Amino acid sequence: MLKEWFTEGIPIAEGTEWVTDLITKTFAFLFDPIKEHFGNFLDFSSETLMLVPPIVIIIVVAIIAFFLSGKKLGLAAFSVVGLWLIDNQGYWEHLISTFTLVLIASLLSVIIGVPIGILMSKSKTAEAIFKPILDFMQTMPAFVYLIPAVAFFGIGMVPGIFASLIFATPPTVRFTNLGIRQVSKELVEASEAFGSTGTQKLLKVELPMAKATIMAGINQTVMLALSMVVIASMIGAPGLGREVLSSLQRAQVGTGFVAGIGIVILAIIIDRFTQSANSKKEQ
Amino acid sequence: MPIIEAKNLTKVFGKNSKQAIELLDKGLSKEEILKKTGSTVGVNRASFTVEPGEIFVIMGLSGSGKSTLVRLINRLIEPTMGSILINGQDLAKMDKPSLRQVRREKLGMVFQRFALFPNRTVLANTEYGLEIQKVPKEERTKKATEALKMVGLEGYLEQKPDQLSGGMQQRVGLARALANDPEVLLMDEAFSALDPLIRKDMQDELIDLQSTMKKTIIFITHDLDEALRLGDRIALMKDGSIVQIGTPEEILMNPANDYVERFVEDVDRSKVLTAQHIMKRPETINIEKHGPRVALERMKETGISSILVVDSKRNLKGYVTADDASDARKKEIRDLKEILRTDIKKVDKETSMQEIFNVINGSPIPVAVVENEKLVGIIVRGAVIAALAGDSEVNLDHA
Repeated sequence: MLKEWFTEGIPIAEGTEWVTDLITKTFAFLFDPIKEHFGNFLDFSSETLMLVPPIVIIIVVAIIAFFLSGKKLGLAAFSVVGLWLIDNQGYWEHLISTFTLVLIASLLSVIIGVPIGILMSKSKTAEAIFKPILDFMQTMPAFVYLIPAVAFFGIGMVPGIFASLIFATPPTVRFTNLGIRQVSKELVEASEAFGSTGTQKLLKVELPMAKATIMAGINQTVMLALSMVVIASMIGAPGLGREVLSSLQRAQVGTGFVAGIGIVILAIIIDRFTQSANSKKEQ
Repeated sequence: MPIIEAKNLTKVFGKNSKQAIELLDKGLSKEEILKKTGSTVGVNRASFTVEPGEIFVIMGLSGSGKSTLVRLINRLIEPTMGSILINGQDLAKMDKPSLRQVRREKLGMVFQRFALFPNRTVLANTEYGLEIQKVPKEERTKKATEALKMVGLEGYLEQKPDQLSGGMQQRVGLARALANDPEVLLMDEAFSALDPLIRKDMQDELIDLQSTMKKTIIFITHDLDEALRLGDRIALMKDGSIVQIGTPEEILMNPANDYVERFVEDVDRSKVLTAQHIMKRPETINIEKHGPRVALERMKETGISSILVVDSKRNLKGYVTADDASDARKKEIRDLKEILRTDIKKVDKETSMQEIFNVINGSPIPVAVVENEKLVGIIVRGAVIAALAGDSEVNLDHA
């Protein structure tokens, strides 16, 4: 066999396929219910949001923007105009689908990413194990994740979220790890000297101190999840991305541009929201 | 019984700690061990005891291991060898829950750069130690407010630490440590980050606090003046080893080796020596028993021109001069009270040389040294000047 490896190449591709098949079959009992229930949940979430009239959502977003940005009008005005434009172009439902996908993918990334980041900050072994995995997740072209995603979860929103998760989680993990490691040694010593347990030290000192850094990581995660929207539409995830993709396939510059502008507007709003939520708490 | 006792407390940083300890036992130096094993000796077999209510100062230059030593006492750093007994319990052998218990109940710590939690208010910072013990909110607010009152910060409860000056921040640090009501305060260069004037105020306040609260304090410093001001006893460290432990006087007057001697050479002696070190046994007469005649006799015997007058309880009453006494004898006055002069200058036996120098300058008669109004000695000008000049023939029997 070794000889064949040298003459005909190591069968990495075949091996990967074999492993993916094996995982698909072995964990079907896990993947199938996820596909079904989680898929239903996603559909339900976006459909519920679509029931709310656009004008209500626009007003609510504008009010939150006003208060988050420290009672300034800029972000609120931009949100109103931007969201109205998307509705005006007839992309409201796509916007909601995209938003649901980004929101759920980001939430899951944070839920998975923060604990891994904490683990890495506490253990050199964990850091040594996870660092190369994170590098792999971030540098492997995002399209490649789509293939096993389809194998595991079929097509639709669920594999889209799976692919987004892999692509978007690393910043949260890295920034959580960094944030906790950067907490001043004296503060950690102080909390230990007064007899804190490990959990108390984490919750009362390390996480509050690292919050700004972790939030910066979460902001990056949300942005990456959003950038996965177009790619995920290749495996049937609904939303603005799908419009961009179909315009591409039909060479319709205009439609593609409008859908693209929709994504940009959503990105700017989400980015400013997460950033100002962070800077406000720092004061 | 000592409250803290360290026995052979040793910390070696690095991998070959066993080998390093063997080499230490063979008497190799810190540098040689670093060369041979790659390990750094942080603290080398430190042994000392701290008595309850004492201010024990650990002093050394940077890199001498003093900060490591204080962290070995509450085990923020794990000792490589040796034991640290607190009320007879060995901290080095404790499991984690018991260690936490000791840290919560017995050991408070104050840090060099304050280590206040910037996201918490002054009050919430002070409450921290009680909060993690799950003390009910009301009770911990009460205790924390009391602690802040003790350090004079009751008006700043809701401020954030970065709104306060350095001196005030360190008061919060001190209040945070006091709020737990620990038996021992560990203070790691607690005043080193403060400017000199505020530093002196804090030292005075610490001494006041200590005298009212009777806490045991272990104080780390690199500043000899601070050590001498605060310390009941001082441990001097060099290269991880304790080179001398003693009272400030012992360290100044009998340096254990060249290192200590060089260290104390530059000390301003006028700040360290007090009245009791340079005073002499006074010639006195008793106002209740003696008259002018005896006073004159006694002055003649000892060759002095004035003599101090006390009562039977040795309370200082004043002095009489030889001229007055001889006049009185001619006029047949029998009562000393009629020629008693009371414009005498008195100093407490703890008065520093600096102040004595100001008092004695311009005083024709010796200055009386008193303790609770009772005469304990006199100081003549010559003794002050000799002591300031570094003549070490000072009197340590009273220390």
